[in-house]
Amino acid sequence: MAESLLSLDGLAVHFKVGNALAGGIKTLKAVDGVTLDVKPGECLGLVGESGCGKSTLALAIMGLLPPTRGTIGIDGHQISGSTPPDRMKMARTVQMVFQDPYASLNPRQTVRRTLADPLRLHGITDKAEVETRVIDMMAKVGLRPEQADRYPHEFSGGQRQRIGIARALILKPKLVLCDEPVSALDVSIRAQIINLLLELKDDMGLAYIMISHDLGVVEHVSDRVAVMYLGRIVEQGGWQEIFENPRHPYTRALIAAIPDPFHRAAISADAKARGEIASALNPPPGCHFNPRCPLRADICTAEYPAFGEVSPGHRAACHFRDRVS
Amino acid sequence: MSLALKLPRLRLKGGSSLWVGGGLVAIAISSAILAPWIALTDPVLDANLMNAELPPSWEFPFGTDAQGRDIYSRIVWGARVSLSVGIISQICNSLIGVTLGLTAGYWGGWWDDVVSGLTNLMLAIPSLVFALAIMAILGPGLVSLVIALGLTSWSYSCRIARAQVLSLKSQGYIQAARILGYGDLRIMFTQVLPNILGPLIVIATLGMGGAILAEAALSFLGLGIRPPFPSWGSMLSEARDQITTAPWLSVFPGLAIFFTVLGLNLLGDGLRDYLDPQSTTRRG
Amino acid sequence: MTTPLLKVENLRIALAGDGVTYDAVENVSFEIGRGEAFGLVGESGCGKSITALSVMGLLRRPLSLAGGRVILDGKEIQNVSAAEMRRLRGKRIAMIFQEPMTALNPLSPVGRQIAEMFVLHQGANWNEAMDRAEDALRQVRVPSPERRIKDYPHQLSGGMRQRVMIAIALACGPDLLVADEPTTALDVTVQAEIIDLMAELCAAKGTAVLMISHDLGLVANMCQRVAVMYAGRIVESQVADAIFAAPTHPYTQGLIDSLPRLGERARRGRQKLREISGVVPSIANYPAGCRFNPRCPAVTEVCRSVVPEATPLPAEGVVRCHHHG
Repeated sequence: MAESLLSLDGLAVHFKVGNALAGGIKTLKAVDGVTLDVKPGECLGLVGESGCGKSTLALAIMGLLPPTRGTIGIDGHQISGSTPPDRMKMARTVQMVFQDPYASLNPRQTVRRTLADPLRLHGITDKAEVETRVIDMMAKVGLRPEQADRYPHEFSGGQRQRIGIARALILKPKLVLCDEPVSALDVSIRAQIINLLLELKDDMGLAYIMISHDLGVVEHVSDRVAVMYLGRIVEQGGWQEIFENPRHPYTRALIAAIPDPFHRAAISADAKARGEIASALNPPPGCHFNPRCPLRADICTAEYPAFGEVSPGHRAACHFRDRVS
Repeated sequence: MSLALKLPRLRLKGGSSLWVGGGLVAIAISSAILAPWIALTDPVLDANLMNAELPPSWEFPFGTDAQGRDIYSRIVWGARVSLSVGIISQICNSLIGVTLGLTAGYWGGWWDDVVSGLTNLMLAIPSLVFALAIMAILGPGLVSLVIALGLTSWSYSCRIARAQVLSLKSQGYIQAARILGYGDLRIMFTQVLPNILGPLIVIATLGMGGAILAEAALSFLGLGIRPPFPSWGSMLSEARDQITTAPWLSVFPGLAIFFTVLGLNLLGDGLRDYLDPQSTTRRG
Repeated sequence: MTTPLLKVENLRIALAGDGVTYDAVENVSFEIGRGEAFGLVGESGCGKSITALSVMGLLRRPLSLAGGRVILDGKEIQNVSAAEMRRLRGKRIAMIFQEPMTALNPLSPVGRQIAEMFVLHQGANWNEAMDRAEDALRQVRVPSPERRIKDYPHQLSGGMRQRVMIAIALACGPDLLVADEPTTALDVTVQAEIIDLMAELCAAKGTAVLMISHDLGLVANMCQRVAVMYAGRIVESQVADAIFAAPTHPYTQGLIDSLPRLGERARRGRQKLREISGVVPSIANYPAGCRFNPRCPAVTEVCRSVVPEATPLPAEGVVRCHHHG
């Protein structure tokens, strides 16, 4: 355990929603018992559809939402519902790249201020050092020094995302959580950003959590992949295991849903899922995926499947994990 | 979205309203400051019943009132009262409203409930009645006028600030600031406030106009500036009975209020565009 | 050859802004046969959506039709009266949008909104129309349509709303369905279902489709022929399978090469993605000559000054590139 940079142990984040007078208060189990770990320098791909809880999970890892149960261990620092994080220390360990490059930059701050302010906040007061680090970081993400005094609206979407990446890396964190870092960008710009993220990972020895719904991107960048459905991890394993030998019907459905003309025949049509993800307020009994599952049997509505091992390091929460293939 | 074509940025944003509004406000402010030099007569002492209710002429450009005092000179001197009441009380309102609205919107929870309740309470009581009550306790005069008006209409600034914060709170750059370790107050003042200033400035300029009008109402009721010293509001109130026989008595103070409030509103509009970082007029 | 259902000839759309008029779309021509699915692919701002709007007669200021012809079934429709165009819309051509919530009336039950089409365009009475609306919901595979018919749009999930939109669009058996990014707001597994549904219903009813999307893979899966747009012009149009197998325009090649493709890493190991350099130009700064020239790896002097003509390809299709052949 000591070698993990991030370890989640039975992490749950629940919300109380509704009104005591109108309809009663319900519990929304956005994240419900997630156990994960990320090692230094590793990239973990996190896949799932909207409503699966990955954004809540991200906020909890960033220390912005307190866990209801379970713990988050970051670089030897334990966070739980009763021990809130030391935000300054967290900031130097884990950072985040956001999906929307337009909403994620303060429109009234120049690039220089966006990058220099965090440095000053974290005790680097020497003017020359701040300047060098800002310019170095800009160069690393492919921005020119003369662009330092420009405002975000003067940049294109791709360049803004570079600024967002620079801001995430300016404090030299060990783990960067990338939340759909390319999905809001023009298609012809995405490759630039993916290449940049991979270069920086090697260059600075970063670990990533890559949240994406684009399985092509996830396969390209990840060392390991976790698939999330309705607040729980349903399958987890090495990238090759997940993509070549998926054992959870949901993972198979995700792969089958990719509109890739080169891949058309690879997975048969019966792998496709029916319908849509249920509400986390009212998850189906037993396995949460059962109403959409092509393999559904009686046991699936009766009990939640164990998160069992398929092969070393590859686990799937399906009653038929050994049959699927 | 593919419909959002990349439009070239528009030039000349808000340029004219900034200059016209600024000009009008500058005229009002400079006449207040320069009153001793540009007034033709003393606004209080130079009463002469021989000259009572004269229409505008070369000698008295805006005419004279029932006591024979020069309306022009009284308007110039009255600018001091009207503007200082308007500006200072609105600054108080903005400070109270923005502080409460910013913290309530950002922190939420019980503090938000308290502030929202207080705001609704303030909106439910007509602010003029509230100001009247304060004036009744403090007694008439310029200082109590500023206090009364400065404590009673912050609810608009507060509501606007709170609503703006709520819509900004989920923006990526606010979250990014928290992740970078910024404290709540630092986020509120460096990340949130600069981005909600536009509407707040507009509300503040509208509020200044409102305060100038409220001053008029209070002065009319005898709780504001005591005659004979002039303020635009009290001049207007005194002129009420002669509106048909000597319309210049009410027209000129009315125009002074009108152009000042108009100027403030135009200035607010212009400033909002000027402060917008996407406007090209800024670094031109 | 029989007359095509829709023929767009030398379409030019002007964007009026700030005393200057820009050509948002220039020289766009394509044909769609009866029952054929045709895809128009490009990045945001390339003019694909406004091309679709012009077919629907829905261009509004500051956009306007500045030239060219839109021919539906042998009849020019670009200059018909507003009343005539309204009759055509819904009855002969129908449209579905990216976000169904903005296209549906939030205050009216969905069944009523479908039934309205029958009343408006086919003179049915309301009772009969409501029965047919229920059938229409069943056809788009909304579960328990007899209950859903009374639901308001906000009570439905995104996928269900898009099904309702399809039911409305196809209610009067139009000849052409214009689909503008119909699945971009949906999750991948739901997207796959909606695309299958659209393809199946349109094939069954003989409805032609004009599909607008930024996702080349998605379009190639669903359509027989595909045109790629860049900066207001069609740069290449080909049969869908051929465009992946043998893209001829450098922009198309770049798009296909720049995205990580599922299975690629397992076959060849992780390769650096091929980037398209630069950014998408804004309409005010379209470069002279070929508009792709500042980003093109094969650029020569002629590309910077001369607009390339449409060159026919050996099979079916055209390409606009000086260096083809």
